[in-house]
Amino acid sequence: MIRSTAAEMAAKLVAGEVTSVALTQAHLDRIASVDADVHAFLYVDTEGAIAQAAAIDAKRAKGEKLSPLAGVPLALKDVMAQKGIPTTCGSKILEGWRPPYDSTVVANLKKNDIVILGKTNMDEFAMGSSTENSAYGPTHNPWDLTRIPGGSGGGSSAALAAFEAPLAIGTDTGGSIRQPAAVTGTVGVKPTYGGVSRFGLVAFSSSLDQAGPCARTVLDAALLHEAIAGHDPKDSTSINAPVPQVVVAARAGDVKGMKIGVVKELNGDGYQAGVRARFEESLELLAKAGAEIVEVSAPNFEYALAAYYLIAPSECSSNLARFDAMRYGLRVGDIEGASAESVMNLTREVGFGKEVKRRIILGTYALSSGYYDAYYGSAQKVRTLITQDFTNAFAKADVLVSPTCPTTAFKIGEKANDPLAMYLNDIATIPVNMAGIGGMSLPSGLADEDGLPVGFQIMSPVMKDERMYSVGAALEAALLSKWGAPLLDKAPIMGGAK
Amino acid sequence: MSLTYDDVVAKYEPVLGLEVHVELNTNSKMFCGCSTIFGAEPNTQTCPVCLALPGALPTVNEKAIESTIKIGLALNCSIAPFSRFARKNYFYPDMPKNFQISQYDEPICVNGYIDVEIETDEGAKQFRVEVERVHMEEDTGKSLHVGGATGRIHGADYSLLDYNRAGIPLVEIVTKIVPGTGKYAPEVAKAYVSELRDILRGLGVSDVKMEQGSLRCDANVSLRLIGSDVLGTRSETKNVNSLRSVERAVRGEMIRHAELLNKGERVVQETRHFQEDTGLTRSGRSKEQAEDYRYFPEPDLVPVAPDAAWIEELRAAIPERPSLHRKRLQEAWNVPAKEMEAMINADVLGIVEATVALGADPTKARSWWLGEISRLANERDTAIADLAITPTDVAAIVALVEKGELTDKLARQVVEGVIADEGTPAEVVAKRGIKVVNDDGALMAAIEKVCAEQAETAEKVRSGHLPAAGALIGAVMKETKGQADAARVRELLLAHLGQA
Repeated sequence: MIRSTAAEMAAKLVAGEVTSVALTQAHLDRIASVDADVHAFLYVDTEGAIAQAAAIDAKRAKGEKLSPLAGVPLALKDVMAQKGIPTTCGSKILEGWRPPYDSTVVANLKKNDIVILGKTNMDEFAMGSSTENSAYGPTHNPWDLTRIPGGSGGGSSAALAAFEAPLAIGTDTGGSIRQPAAVTGTVGVKPTYGGVSRFGLVAFSSSLDQAGPCARTVLDAALLHEAIAGHDPKDSTSINAPVPQVVVAARAGDVKGMKIGVVKELNGDGYQAGVRARFEESLELLAKAGAEIVEVSAPNFEYALAAYYLIAPSECSSNLARFDAMRYGLRVGDIEGASAESVMNLTREVGFGKEVKRRIILGTYALSSGYYDAYYGSAQKVRTLITQDFTNAFAKADVLVSPTCPTTAFKIGEKANDPLAMYLNDIATIPVNMAGIGGMSLPSGLADEDGLPVGFQIMSPVMKDERMYSVGAALEAALLSKWGAPLLDKAPIMGGAK
Repeated sequence: MSLTYDDVVAKYEPVLGLEVHVELNTNSKMFCGCSTIFGAEPNTQTCPVCLALPGALPTVNEKAIESTIKIGLALNCSIAPFSRFARKNYFYPDMPKNFQISQYDEPICVNGYIDVEIETDEGAKQFRVEVERVHMEEDTGKSLHVGGATGRIHGADYSLLDYNRAGIPLVEIVTKIVPGTGKYAPEVAKAYVSELRDILRGLGVSDVKMEQGSLRCDANVSLRLIGSDVLGTRSETKNVNSLRSVERAVRGEMIRHAELLNKGERVVQETRHFQEDTGLTRSGRSKEQAEDYRYFPEPDLVPVAPDAAWIEELRAAIPERPSLHRKRLQEAWNVPAKEMEAMINADVLGIVEATVALGADPTKARSWWLGEISRLANERDTAIADLAITPTDVAAIVALVEKGELTDKLARQVVEGVIADEGTPAEVVAKRGIKVVNDDGALMAAIEKVCAEQAETAEKVRSGHLPAAGALIGAVMKETKGQADAARVRELLLAHLGQA
């Protein structure tokens, strides 16, 4: 049952073949049996999930009209505030904090009767590409437990790949939904910036952060996308327009006549051979399905990474200033005679990890008077140029495509002491955040050289998210008929369950 | 040793700069829906947004934008079609986010001015104070430092934090430097803040209570040698809580600067705290090393782009500037300045104006409100506005007097009746049976009776001693229960005694 798609689970719930309580319990059992190895979860809300499931079953028994995913369980990235449930962002500084309010995403999940199983592991404050930066220990990739599950949302992607949940919520600032999806053989979508409310998403970089759906199929991602998206007056940057018709697009999976632009700069040197092979193969399948493949150029993408590592740390240096031990979270050094200043200093010294401190220092420097124009100011100009590149490219193509990341999953510890190598993981995903457009990663097969999953990235213009679902669903269908079974069937079997 | 003010201005020219912070009187805070009512229990008017809980986001209060645009328009500013909020980053326990959301290099209103008038040795003179910018920001919370001698953070045993004020909408109004005021700098500073306060009150955008902190003024002062065009180092005096203090603070700083300069010492660029008791300032934070606030555009808020049509709508509704309005009234009513002052101080100008608008003679209207009605309010220890008498009532009473249906004395009884809630003037007249006796026959009967009773006095009048008539008139008025027109009585009496 746990290996079904969310859409299949929803159908069984509607047909009365299974109850939400039973479905939820099956996932809780799965978590109990495999999560000691995977460590996808930071907190499992057993009682809350069962209670929520029971309430949904009761509603269904009464004949109430329920939403499409009602009763299906989900794993929530620990960066989302959920009332009464520990929310740590993978950081010691928030240990023990239980939000007194629900994020808008959580409110939407509850409104849609989606069962929240618990909170998933992540790089501290979403800073990282491997989940190794979590203060609570790394998450392991179900394909190979010695490898990283991607990051920052490695907990969510690993939970999907290990069948601990059929759906998950991620957040994507520079690739934190898509890169974990790519390296775990799952689907992850970063909607258009402003498409899903950020209210209650603990900010890393406000102008880049975007919550989105994670799943094992394109349709499941679309169903979840529609459940969480929409205008929110509590988020000033939320777009006041109808949610793109992503479910319709995912069900149709029609690419006939669509122009698919291959971004010249997001391929070639630095991309693993197996990654390139799977990418070329996917392009052929899309062409066969009726799409026209064209090449586009985005000359300014080469500056994206550098600009990103000025903008994101700058915003984070300010966003993370609120963690000062005055109102919530960790407090260190609060002894007789200690000043507020020394308590703030000690708490931040102890409470933040190395990568977070690195970025706070970087951002503080980049915003300093005398450096602002050279760093933050220039980075914003690059951002404008990248947006311009996308505008030009979208004049020639309906969607753009690239490999999601240059390599497959690397070993835990392999890049932990080399931040630059780590940052390069996100080279193909970052431009999407810089321009605020939509991006999706879906599995395109396994690399021949290491047998690990490879991700295919689809990018769509602002508020045209349905286009990436059309292309994603078409490619997914073509690959499935080629493979004969979902890619995850090739992953090692964990916990003895099938 | 100590310099006199005249010594200072003989040698130096003061350069002023004024920053005024105004708390807007919106019902909710700048970036969340929390209440803004003053004086609530600490930390009861807070929410995830103004406490800066992880994940919470600000949204802009539209009413605050509207109020700020109104202020900008009233100060003759241009309204920016596109402005932004920025983050001002610094750590302080009473600032929940450890950054303040404030407009920085893209304020909503720029380049305005107001003219203020002060009395000089050569008579009334106008000074133009140019406004550089008007921008929006949020207030911080309040720290209460307990223990220690000074109530300051250093030496305190512990501090209490109240976040009720965190996020209250603030508008900052910054002038350009104001040169050329010479020895009148303190008066110009005071007149500017006073004028600004009147304008803001007229717009209805703030309580403008200096003593409660809803209007706070920082006075920047520097001196330069007369004739020099090099600006001196300025000090920034905070904590100036009344109009009188603005004037005292500027004068005090001018003298302090001059004493330093005369001794060959330099003025330190710093904030100073005004001491209400001594009128002197105490050294605060040094500004020699400019603090680096690492400003950058607030990414959580979209830019403010007010619709041009909306701005025009607001412009059309800006009331006449209170000082111009007064000037116009003073001319129209032909009232001496002192009388205007008296009406303003008694807070009756608006009521008088309303009464005049209903047809009453300005002098009469003024004398009723400022005289009898003020007296009755004092007697009852209430505000004039709280009495049960309206401009409509007073206009009606004035009309009745003019028509001769009431004497001044009788009118006072009517006023008393209206205030005692006996109804409209007409109803009071009817109920109390008040009427002027203007039947000459009835008056003559009373006059004859009185002259018979006081034959000796009547004889004096008859023989030309007119002052004696007063006693007789008084007696006739008494006889007619005060309902006679005293002037008519006098006329008839004098005729009766052969003195007409």
